[in-house]
Amino acid sequence: MIEEKFDAIVVGAGMAGNAAALTLAQRGLKVLQLERGEYSGSKNVQGAILYADMLEKLIPDFREDAPLERHLVEQRFWMMDDRSHTGLHYRSDDFNEEKPNRYTIIRAQFDRWFSQRVREAGATVLCETTVTELAQDAYGKVIGVRTDRADGEIHADVVVLAEGVNGLLGTRAGLRARPQPDKVALAVKEMHFLPRETIEARFNLRGDEGVVIEAAGTISRGMTGMGFIYANKECISLGIGCLVADFQRTGETPYGLLDRFKRHPSVAPLIEGSEVKEYAAHLIPEGGFNAIPQLFGDGWVVVGDAAQLNNAIHREGSNLAMTSGRIAAEAIFQVKSRKDPMTADNLSLYKKMLDESFVIKDLKKYKDMPALMHTQSQNFFLTYPELVSRAMQNFLRVDGTPKVEKERTTFKSFVKARSWSGLFGDAFRLARAWR
Amino acid sequence: MSIEPSVRVEDKLFYNRYLVDAGRAHIKVRPHTTPSPELLSMLKACPARCYELSDKGQVEITVDGCIECGTCRVICEASGDIEWSYPRGGYGVLFKFG
Repeated sequence: MIEEKFDAIVVGAGMAGNAAALTLAQRGLKVLQLERGEYSGSKNVQGAILYADMLEKLIPDFREDAPLERHLVEQRFWMMDDRSHTGLHYRSDDFNEEKPNRYTIIRAQFDRWFSQRVREAGATVLCETTVTELAQDAYGKVIGVRTDRADGEIHADVVVLAEGVNGLLGTRAGLRARPQPDKVALAVKEMHFLPRETIEARFNLRGDEGVVIEAAGTISRGMTGMGFIYANKECISLGIGCLVADFQRTGETPYGLLDRFKRHPSVAPLIEGSEVKEYAAHLIPEGGFNAIPQLFGDGWVVVGDAAQLNNAIHREGSNLAMTSGRIAAEAIFQVKSRKDPMTADNLSLYKKMLDESFVIKDLKKYKDMPALMHTQSQNFFLTYPELVSRAMQNFLRVDGTPKVEKERTTFKSFVKARSWSGLFGDAFRLARAWR
Repeated sequence: MSIEPSVRVEDKLFYNRYLVDAGRAHIKVRPHTTPSPELLSMLKACPARCYELSDKGQVEITVDGCIECGTCRVICEASGDIEWSYPRGGYGVLFKFG
C-alpha cells in the first residue's frame, strides 16, 4: 500500500480528469491521478473537436505546443437520404483569427500532451493502473481507492471520479446508476489517412484550415443518430453513432452503418484511396439534463462523461468535461482552504458552481430534446430527410412541369407522409423542446 | 441474421494495437442453456463482433478484439448475463489516435 495520503485522487486521465488534476495541482494540492491505459490518452476516443475557450481557461498558452490538427473555418450540416444530401454550410474567414475558437484534434496525442502539463504542475500521474473499487469507511464516506496493483489501497481526502461514460466505480459503489441503453449512444469511428494536399483539395482548404461535417438522415436507418467527418492534417476522422437502445431494437450493426455511410455517394469521394489506420468505438452520454446523477457525496465528486455532462444538440462534450473538472477542483480547493472536511455538505459547493456555469444552463435548455429525438426518431431521421430530398430534387429538376404543380406535389408529399396535424405537432414539439 | 458481406470486422480490428492479457478475460458470459434477448442482441450490437453463437446455440465471447466501449455492459449487465470489468492496467486496446 502507498503509505502517503493525498489531498485528492483523480480517477481517469481524459479531459475531465486532466482538467481536475491540473487545477488541483496548480493550487498546490497533493494530487494522485490514476489511469488504466499505457499512457494518458491510450483508452480515450472522441471525434474530435476542441473548443479553445475552455482549454484556455486552464492553459492560456496551449497553442504554443499542444498537438492541434486544424482550426475550423467551415461547418457543414448535411441532411441525407440514401443518394443525396441537402446541406447547410457556414464558412467564414473570421475564423482565420489569431486565436481560433475551434480545432480538430487527435485525442490520444492531445491527451498525452495534456497529461504532461498535469505532471509539470506537480501531480503524480500513475498509468497502467486500473482502479477496481472505491475504499469507504464504516459510514460510507469515500476515503480512497483500491487498484489492481499488489499494494492496492491508496487514501485521499477526496476522490474525483473522472472515469468516463462507462465508469464502473461510481456504479459499483451505488453512487449512481449504470448507463441506460436509451441514454447512451454507441459511436464507431475510423481514421482515414491521405496526403495533406489531397485533404486540402477535397475540402477546399488552405494551410491549417479545417472543416467539419455533421450528418443526419437515413444513414442512421430511422435510429436516433448522426454521422461525422472531420478533416485533420493528414487524416480524416469519420464515424457514426446511434442510441444503444436503437441498435438493440433494430439489430443494425454499427460497422454496417459505418460502411454504408462510407459508401454514400456524398462521402465516398472524400475518402477515396485512403488508408485506414484505426477502428474505434465509444459510448456517448445522450440523456442530457434529466440523466445527470448525484454529483457529489462524502469524499467524492463526479465529473465529465461519468456525470453524463454532454450537450448532444451542439455536440459539445469534452469542453463540458474540462469545465466540470476545473470547477470541481476549484470547489475542492475552496473547501480545503477553509480547512473544512470533504463532506457532502461542503462538496455541494461543486454543484452550486456548476449550476451557475454554462454547463448546466445549456443542458437545462435542451432537457426535453433527448426524449423527443428518441420517440420521434423515425420521423426526424427517416421520413423528413427523404421528403426534403424529394422536395429539393423537384425544385431543381427542370422538366417542363409548371412550378405551381411542382409546389403542389411537394406539399402533398409532406402532408401525405405526416398529415397536417403531424407536421404542426412535430414543429410544435421541436420548438418547445428547443426553447 | 446475416452480416453485411462487405464488412469484415476482423480486418478493422487488425489496424488496432492490443496488449492481450492471456487467460484473463475482462468480460465473462454467464453459463446458460438458452441465451436471453439481451445476450442475443450482442451478436449484432458489439462493434468488434466479440460475441458469437456456438454450435449449441449459446452465446460465447472472445475478448481479444474488444475495444472497451461498454455497449455489452449497458445492454447485458443488469440482467446478469455478463460480468464486466476493465482489463488490468496497461492491457487491452491501445489507441494511437483515439
